[in-house]
Amino acid sequence: MGEWTTPGKLSAKGIIGMNRRNIRYIGRYNNRRLYPLVDDKLQTKLLAERYEITTPALIGTVSTQFGVKRLGELLAPQSGFVIKPAKGSGGKGILVVDRVEGGDYIKPSGARMSLSDVERHVSNILSGLYSLGGAPDVALVEALINFDESLSAYTYEGVPDIRVIVFKGYPVMAMMRLSTAASDGKANLHQGAVGVGLDIATGTAIRGVQFDRTRHDHPDTGHELISLAIPDWPTLLLLAAGCYEMTGLGYLGTDMVLDRDQGPMLLELNARPGLAIQMANGEGLRRRLDLVEAQPEGVSPEERVAFSRRHFARRSELATAAGA
Amino acid sequence: MSRLPFYLLVGVLFLAGVAMTLHRHYQLEVPWTPGEQRQVWEVEAQVNFTALGEPVLVDMALPSSQEGFRLLTEHTASPGFGLSFIEKDEARRAQWSIREASGSQQLYYTAQVLRAPSNPPPRLASPPPQRDIVWERPYDTAAAQLIERAWSRSADPFTFARELLHDFDEERQGENARLLLTQFERTPLLVRLLNQADVRAREVSGLRLEDGRRRQSLSSWVQVFDGEQWALFDPATGAQGRPDNLLIWEGNGQAVLEVEGGTNSRVNFSMIARNQPAAAAVRNQLADDTLLNFSIHSLPLEEQALFQTILLIPIGALVVVLLRILVGIKTSGTFMPVLIALAFIQTSLATGLIGFLLVVSVGLVIRSYLSYLNLLLVARVTAVIITVIGIISVFSVLAYRFGLNAGLTITFFPMIILAWTIERMSILWEEEGPKEVLIQGGGSLFTAVLAFLAMNNPWVRHITFNFLGVQLILMALILMIGNYTGYRLLELRRFKPVTEE
Ligand SMILES: Nc1ncnc2c1ncn2[C@@H]1O[C@H](COP(=O)(O)OP(=O)(O)O)[C@@H](O)[C@H]1O
Ligand SMILES: [Mg+2]
Repeated sequence: MGEWTTPGKLSAKGIIGMNRRNIRYIGRYNNRRLYPLVDDKLQTKLLAERYEITTPALIGTVSTQFGVKRLGELLAPQSGFVIKPAKGSGGKGILVVDRVEGGDYIKPSGARMSLSDVERHVSNILSGLYSLGGAPDVALVEALINFDESLSAYTYEGVPDIRVIVFKGYPVMAMMRLSTAASDGKANLHQGAVGVGLDIATGTAIRGVQFDRTRHDHPDTGHELISLAIPDWPTLLLLAAGCYEMTGLGYLGTDMVLDRDQGPMLLELNARPGLAIQMANGEGLRRRLDLVEAQPEGVSPEERVAFSRRHFARRSELATAAGA
Repeated sequence: MSRLPFYLLVGVLFLAGVAMTLHRHYQLEVPWTPGEQRQVWEVEAQVNFTALGEPVLVDMALPSSQEGFRLLTEHTASPGFGLSFIEKDEARRAQWSIREASGSQQLYYTAQVLRAPSNPPPRLASPPPQRDIVWERPYDTAAAQLIERAWSRSADPFTFARELLHDFDEERQGENARLLLTQFERTPLLVRLLNQADVRAREVSGLRLEDGRRRQSLSSWVQVFDGEQWALFDPATGAQGRPDNLLIWEGNGQAVLEVEGGTNSRVNFSMIARNQPAAAAVRNQLADDTLLNFSIHSLPLEEQALFQTILLIPIGALVVVLLRILVGIKTSGTFMPVLIALAFIQTSLATGLIGFLLVVSVGLVIRSYLSYLNLLLVARVTAVIITVIGIISVFSVLAYRFGLNAGLTITFFPMIILAWTIERMSILWEEEGPKEVLIQGGGSLFTAVLAFLAMNNPWVRHITFNFLGVQLILMALILMIGNYTGYRLLELRRFKPVTEE
């Protein structure tokens, strides 16, 4: 039937829709009181520090229009940095600066910005332009992540991040998000990044999607996606699983990055993670969530990771596609 | 966490809403559709008498709401007279009084009565007490024989009354009946005979409603009680049952008109029928019905008109809820489409759409310039608001110059909402590109048009305004939808590729 499928087929695949996610998981397992911990990236960072979870270094914050004038001083010693609204989401308002050349700030796409362009951007962040509900906000200046060389062929002009859905502390599903020309150096799927489903057991690629449709290669680099394998995978899962204890949120989207020198890091947390991860994995979340729901409380992160790797293992579909 | 209290709440809201709605339909005769016509009778009673130059007290029976009719409003005209309405033992009466009057006097009483075929009969009045009936000779034997005869041929009070009235039929009158009629008036006589046979009965006076009639008088009827129900009999023909056009004016066996301090008193009636849209007829109802009717319909007309719009908002919101939760359409600003739809109601759809698109697209162009100025958010949105006002003024003047009066209604647009819409669209454009602007803008506009069609529907307007219980039903419905965990329609397309392998 062309473009459409039926509810029966979707639920047979265990696909979870927006309404079910909102009521059954976010509504039930995420206490509203805890949202500020993850909706405010500054709070997340400070909290992560207390729990010894590594995050990209904080260069500074700008919280007043007056502070905008001193932005130049703050940025002077930096060669690459990222400016983001503390309460932003979905990649909105994130400015990634790769390097500084002769007083100009160069974005991953090569576009140049003057200092006053950057100042304007920060001023917009402060007035709440990119933030939830348009409330006044704070701008964070973060060190640029030097991502792992082994992954550079898979991404275009930006840092790929790894989204792990952590349910009651169990990593249930993961995907890597590769930035593209369309997504402008940010790895947010609805902006055009490619999502690659990852096997929870091994951290290897399962299949790829862009704009909710299947992909086998990167649209800009043309590199095939199948050979993608995340180094240090168990550490990364453990880090992600630990975010449950850190925040108390039962249904959590963790965004992890791999730094060349410091290994897996927590980039940010999400109390309302999107559903596209199901597309990237070619599988619904339902079965895995049901299984985790049946597990007792009070299991250590190490045991939870082991449980997930045992139960949620998958055989790569890209391998079969490539082999055929 | 048990969901039981939730479903209980939804159930209570729903049932209360349905009950209130049915109550208004059946008790208060509010029709389901706005177009339904209702017949409203305007009946005028004119009391004439000659005053004797002393204190005057005029006491007249008044009609009440009854089977088949509902009393809407009433007026009197009686210069110089004191007036009070008295309600006693279910009988309503008007009393006019004056210290001194002489010569010919006229008093007027007008009632508006709604023809309401399903108006239930009033609660059973207690039957009148039996009096001991004493006849003089030779009437006692005649009466006894008549009763005897009818009794033997009947089974219950109603058949007895029928048989008795039969014997007073013009053609079939026997000796006994004729003898009694020489001495007594027909209706009181019949009541008397019925009472003597231990059948509860009374005389009532009714007015036959015939359009355009003047100088009519009341006719008397015999009302018989069989222990459970009252039935009406025509004393002249013996026919049982109330004619559809009979309005009972006095139904308690009392005098229709009593005048102290005057002579030659009589009352006559004139009447006309008007067909009114049902909604208007409803509006004229006396607002004192019951607690359930403490509603906004007792407010002055102007405030009611305001509420008519306010009560539509939940309908618009319901459309948004349906489209977002069941279909999965994205809109810019959750309830912005409802406000736009409200503006469409004032402007009409075509003008509204054109106006909206014009204002927003010109606004976007100007806003893109503002974004170069590097302003603080609040200042920038304010600048956009002023821009929107400017655009609207220019369009109004242009429309007026070109003779397009419809263009003037563009001022009904909520300007601050428009400004925010422009602001959001413009950010969306910068951040996610024109495609997303089209998706969200189109989604908003589509939602607004659907909300408009729902809110502008005459039937919906009629129902929401006249049945407040519907608000509770809507509430229950929205609570239920808020609980829906199934797929959204558009997700069936979004997730399609997953189901392919
Ligand atoms: N410190 C950083 N260095 C390099 N890229 C970054 C950095 N922070 C964010 N990004 C890029 O921006 C994207 C979105 O950032 P994130 O912090 O997840 O914000 P959001 O809540 O908007 O998704 C990331 O996926 C990544 O590609
Ligand atoms: Mg993110």
